[in-house]
Amino acid sequence: MGAGHGHKLHFHGHSPVHRAPAHLKVLALLGFMLLVVATPRGWWPAYAGFLLVLVAVIAVSQVPPTYLLKRMVVEVPFVVFAVLMPFIATGPRIEVLGVSVSEHGLAAAGALLAKGTLGVLASLTLAATTEPRHLLVGLERLRVPHLLVQIMGFMIRYLDVVTDEMGRMKVARESRGFQASNVRHWPILARSSGALFIRSYERGERVHLAMLARGYTGTMPDTRSDRP
Amino acid sequence: MSTPVLDVAGLAYAYPDGHQALYGVDLHVHQGERVALLGPNGAGKTTLVLHLNGILVAGAGTVSVSGLPVTKANLAEVRRRVGVVFQDPDDQLFMATVRDDVAFGPANLGLRGAALDRRVLDALDRVGMADFVDRPPHHLSFGQRRRVAVATVLAMEPEILVLDEPSSNLDPASRRELAEILTSLDVTVLMVTHDLPYAFELCPRSVVLSDGVIVADGATYDVLTDDALMSAHRLELPFGFDPRTIRAATAG
Repeated sequence: MGAGHGHKLHFHGHSPVHRAPAHLKVLALLGFMLLVVATPRGWWPAYAGFLLVLVAVIAVSQVPPTYLLKRMVVEVPFVVFAVLMPFIATGPRIEVLGVSVSEHGLAAAGALLAKGTLGVLASLTLAATTEPRHLLVGLERLRVPHLLVQIMGFMIRYLDVVTDEMGRMKVARESRGFQASNVRHWPILARSSGALFIRSYERGERVHLAMLARGYTGTMPDTRSDRP
Repeated sequence: MSTPVLDVAGLAYAYPDGHQALYGVDLHVHQGERVALLGPNGAGKTTLVLHLNGILVAGAGTVSVSGLPVTKANLAEVRRRVGVVFQDPDDQLFMATVRDDVAFGPANLGLRGAALDRRVLDALDRVGMADFVDRPPHHLSFGQRRRVAVATVLAMEPEILVLDEPSSNLDPASRRELAEILTSLDVTVLMVTHDLPYAFELCPRSVVLSDGVIVADGATYDVLTDDALMSAHRLELPFGFDPRTIRAATAG
């Protein structure tokens, strides 16, 4: 049980990209994304340039491309949507490979696909080269509100705990002969996720008790070690 | 005798839903003692523990820590004096690194910078976990997490350490290592446990809580060998464990 060493998105390494300060990486990602989103559709050379920059960064980071490609499946819903667009959009129609599609739809789909892919790949690169806790420190340096950073910190801390709990519940279900094979099984899955929610909620209360027991008064204390 | 570290007198408590958990508990623990709090499931042990640092507020009766009454005004100092280690280390370790977690308590007390660092490393050193200071808690083994949980409380320099089921879910080696750590600490201990051999090994004195009242308070050996008392309160020695033969063997 339990995750392996490190988070599932992080790829351990010592490249310059890994060592760069987290807040700079976050800013770079933000700038890159804004640039990509602001680029008008149809400027294909610009998109190619962005991709080239990204590929160069990935090459320097020494994260294997297959590692990133496997994690790009999160983009699939967008791809499906993009593929549908040329068929459902209105406006003048053109023939592509003997199929009549919307011209506007095709251009919009191409731009969506390009921007989406660049965005996902850039985010994955950040995640692969930055440990979650460094990311939190980076966000703090960027003056992201303290409360938000703390909430993210708790989320990172308990993600594995809750995932493990979910895994144990799945094993327990299947050990009693349950296989989610069709729609009729969904109510059982729904009840399981309800139970998981309540368990997590109760854990939250226990964590809060443990915090109170160590003198928590409502604001997170400054626990940074000896640095200016 | 000097002021007891822990002085519980006539403590009664009913949960908001009307379920009464404690019916007048009297308990004194003096400095340097290691006391086991025994009792069947549902006896009110955890409820009692939550009163010791003021998480629950007594319905009747009083709790004092080294003479300081547990009241809302004294809460911060009471929580420094009483260190509670909860059963599930995943509840206790909620920060991103071991260092931050151990620093959480003393930082709440106002420590900063180098003094905070020293406190953290010292506490981790006492449980043999100083090498893990920069690791995230979820990468540690269960036994290591339990030890870090003890350190998070030690870092507050408590006068009494309250442990809820310290040996639960530990493998035998981790269980023994924790026992060695606990005996090496120069601190008063109140240990809630179902692990009677552990109580016998670590605590010279035992208190039995049953149905919300203290029904026995004495030397652990005497409590564990009082068969009538044990069976009346659903306490059972594990198979093969007999304090009489152990005492005979260690004496002989």
